[in-house]
Amino acid sequence: MRFAILVFPGSNCDHDAYHAVRHVLGEEGAFVWHKERSLDGYDAAIIPGGFSYGDYLRTGAIARFSPIMSAVQEFAQKGKPIIGICNGFQILVEAGLLPGALISNRSLRFISKMVYLKPEGQNSLFTAGLDTNRTYRMPIAHQSGNYLISPETLDQLERSDQIAFRYATPEGKVTAGANPNGSTGNIAGVLNREKNVLGLMPHPERAAEAIVGSYDGLAFFKSMAEYG
Amino acid sequence: MAIDNAIKEPQVDEELALEHGLSSEEYARIQDILGRKPTFTELGIFSVMWSEHCSYKSSIKVLKTLPRSGGRLLVSAGEENAGLVDVGDGWAVAFKIESHNHPSAVEPYQGAATGVGGIMRDIFTMGARPIACLDPLHFGSLDDPHNRFLLDHVVKGIADYGNCLGIPTVGGEVFISDAYAGNPIVNVMSVGVVRHDRVASAVAKGPGNPVYLVGSKTGRDGIHGATFASEELSEESESRKSNVQVGDPFSEKLLLEATLELARRPFLVGIQDMGAAGITCSSSEMAAKGEAGIRLNLDAVPLREEGMIPYEIMLSESQERMLVVIQKGFEKELKEIFDRWDLDCTPIGEVIDTGKMEVFSNGKRVAEIPCSELVLGGGAPQYTMPARRPAYLEEANHLDLDALPEPKDYNAALLKLLARPNITHKGFIFEQYDSTVRTNTVIGPGADAAVIRVKGTSKGLAVSTDGNGRYTWLNPNAGGRIAVAEAARNVVCTGAQPVAITNCLNFGNPKDPEIYYQFSEAVAGMGDACRLFNTPVTGGNVSFYNENPDGAVYPTPVVGMLGLIEDLEHTTTPGFKQEGDFIVVLGSINGELGGSEYLEMAHKLVAGEPPLINLETEMNVQGTCLEGIQQGFIHSAHDISDGGLAVCLVESLLAAPDGLGAEIHLTRRLRNDEMLFGESQSTIIITVAEDDLLPLQRIAMGDQVPCITIGRVTTSGRLQLNDLIDLDRKQLRKAYMESFGRIMGA
Repeated sequence: MRFAILVFPGSNCDHDAYHAVRHVLGEEGAFVWHKERSLDGYDAAIIPGGFSYGDYLRTGAIARFSPIMSAVQEFAQKGKPIIGICNGFQILVEAGLLPGALISNRSLRFISKMVYLKPEGQNSLFTAGLDTNRTYRMPIAHQSGNYLISPETLDQLERSDQIAFRYATPEGKVTAGANPNGSTGNIAGVLNREKNVLGLMPHPERAAEAIVGSYDGLAFFKSMAEYG
Repeated sequence: MAIDNAIKEPQVDEELALEHGLSSEEYARIQDILGRKPTFTELGIFSVMWSEHCSYKSSIKVLKTLPRSGGRLLVSAGEENAGLVDVGDGWAVAFKIESHNHPSAVEPYQGAATGVGGIMRDIFTMGARPIACLDPLHFGSLDDPHNRFLLDHVVKGIADYGNCLGIPTVGGEVFISDAYAGNPIVNVMSVGVVRHDRVASAVAKGPGNPVYLVGSKTGRDGIHGATFASEELSEESESRKSNVQVGDPFSEKLLLEATLELARRPFLVGIQDMGAAGITCSSSEMAAKGEAGIRLNLDAVPLREEGMIPYEIMLSESQERMLVVIQKGFEKELKEIFDRWDLDCTPIGEVIDTGKMEVFSNGKRVAEIPCSELVLGGGAPQYTMPARRPAYLEEANHLDLDALPEPKDYNAALLKLLARPNITHKGFIFEQYDSTVRTNTVIGPGADAAVIRVKGTSKGLAVSTDGNGRYTWLNPNAGGRIAVAEAARNVVCTGAQPVAITNCLNFGNPKDPEIYYQFSEAVAGMGDACRLFNTPVTGGNVSFYNENPDGAVYPTPVVGMLGLIEDLEHTTTPGFKQEGDFIVVLGSINGELGGSEYLEMAHKLVAGEPPLINLETEMNVQGTCLEGIQQGFIHSAHDISDGGLAVCLVESLLAAPDGLGAEIHLTRRLRNDEMLFGESQSTIIITVAEDDLLPLQRIAMGDQVPCITIGRVTTSGRLQLNDLIDLDRKQLRKAYMESFGRIMGA
């Protein structure tokens, strides 16, 4: 699978995503500068984390006007897989590709720590290779990761199986204590209706090798490569 | 209609020079150098370049006594923006620590943020990509809401800047004492990696080569920041917020990427970041280093505000700017790089062969000064300051333990100690820092040292910052030695060989002979330790005038230690690993309570002598520990420091898998409070499997290191020590893990 790793001014997890897919997973990948207008030749796109445009105005709000974003819209319509991580999730929400809003963490502070994710199902190429009976350990690092949706939208997302991951205890219990940032329904990752666009706040690319404390995140990219 | 908000240039005379922080003698020398009265712009230039902050005029003679070359150093201290150390495989490490104390005292958020920005530029201006940041913080009592406010905003400033930049903040320390009320110590260390052949230099040479200003526009922020850093804080300091710069981490991120692209290009001649004293400092230092001159046209400088006069442009400390010299003929290539990142890149002058800084504005020459006269190592003044052993020491060093009762309940005493801000877990702070970005963090915050891998190699870098103001106040020389010894011990505990240090020397007013004694003795102590450990000083920063209306802060020499791990297969963390492991003391538990956290907690005393530090013993203990880790049989290692043996054991236990406990039996001819809470130096608590005890003892014997088993890792989930301590992990966890947030009111 050939991954496009989008780079906006202020992206800072671009190298991490590149390292995970190229050096660890051994798939193909290349950086795509935000001023470019095409994703031709790529099988999947990663919108990495960071602070695109310094988070000025609102997280992801300026990046979504970058030239590359019309190609991203097209890519999504064609059913190609797009994964937005952290700031990438925020950009996808701003671009209208995913529902909801990401507001400031309940603590009003930046939170950098390990969390556990419980996959809700295997209904997308991102999650098809995951085990729903276990949890996946990886870091979060964000100021605005508090996923906000109305009860009606939550209900709708649940009915259409759009919830990809929830924050859980290491044993897989979805509890208030396991919710790091106040997200509605402990939601850590969400899919579009067609299941080819995933946004998530935790960083699977930062959990791709045992030496950095966890390789649980690698399974996400493996799943994409295998089922994409 | 444009508003004329230009200030009028005042008449230059001695009174104005004194207002600029220069002495009468210095003003006379300026007139000698120029052969005339300086212009207002020139007076401004001299005042910042000869300020303590830029010239090190009161400290340089003492700093020169430190070992500043040798070992793995690629450049000697002071030659470039940061130290440069060879780590093999073609890689070098650039690292440096700096203070941002005064700005943080009056505007904690921006003060701390721009401290991070400044030190990062020092690293990437050398062509090195920053890969780690550490922040040692010393603050006044957190009972005072103002100090809580300062700490909260400093942490937020560090977090917002470093997180946005995408550089992991992996360590530091937090020390709380009344001595820092109103004048917090905010130090920032950055570590970067660079290929040997891509190191950029801070030099201007080759007459005719163009000089560029790149990055942000120039405004009025931060004018006289360097001078501000060179005087005591006072009641009026709050009104000096305009001296504090404002940071923009987004611009810095763009500048970082553009600079690293530029550093790879052969047409780059030299580059220096603009920190203190902005254009003035970068241009004069680069030209002096290249034994060249520099001509600057201020009309070309992109400005943020209207009506700025030459004096303001030359002294502005607007952030996120760099001065760049390239080979003539490559202007287009340079512009392409900065256009890509949407950054200004403006030619503002050229290198000339007169050896002078010649500054023009509106076609008029507003300054003409020989560059060498401005800089450290050239014409900048150097003073030998009088020193006198402080009078307070005699009384402070006296400690009569017999007059102090032992605690009746050791369980209660330990729980109380664990909840102290100086002991308790600092997750409240470091969980606000992104510590995992760049995916190199092998050991993150909370351990003895952080470990960062160097991708593409088997190597790791261990980094730690240490400095104990209480010890240094009680015995400046010992404080200096212990700062180096503890920092070295901390990197050793992760499995690294100590390689080199950077230091940040935070002291009071150097014109006070008692303060100067503290300074020169602490440096002497550091020098002794660095020579013995073969860890030269790569550079750093001196911050004087750290005083509040009640007097000077504790003398606080902070050491940033770089350690090298050749093979990341062999690293160690503080946490106990498995049931049945033997818990072993390397070194001796001497039980000194002088200057300890316990003494201050239980008896409100900062008194006695700090713990004994024998540098030979220290070397030997570290040698045994390192060899044990490299041979693969040490399962955990954690040194005794603040809070003593009891706290060390708790920290190793709480970092262990759930359910594990520890059972300890030890006897010493000491009082129990000395044994449990004394802060013995050169002592590391390790765990090994029973079968590995013998080989460990063999190594220790060869190094003449005491090696005594004191207990075992159990499955009781409790810490049990003689008949003194019996606490379960829940109780320990509550006291140790949850106190800092509660103290901060979060």
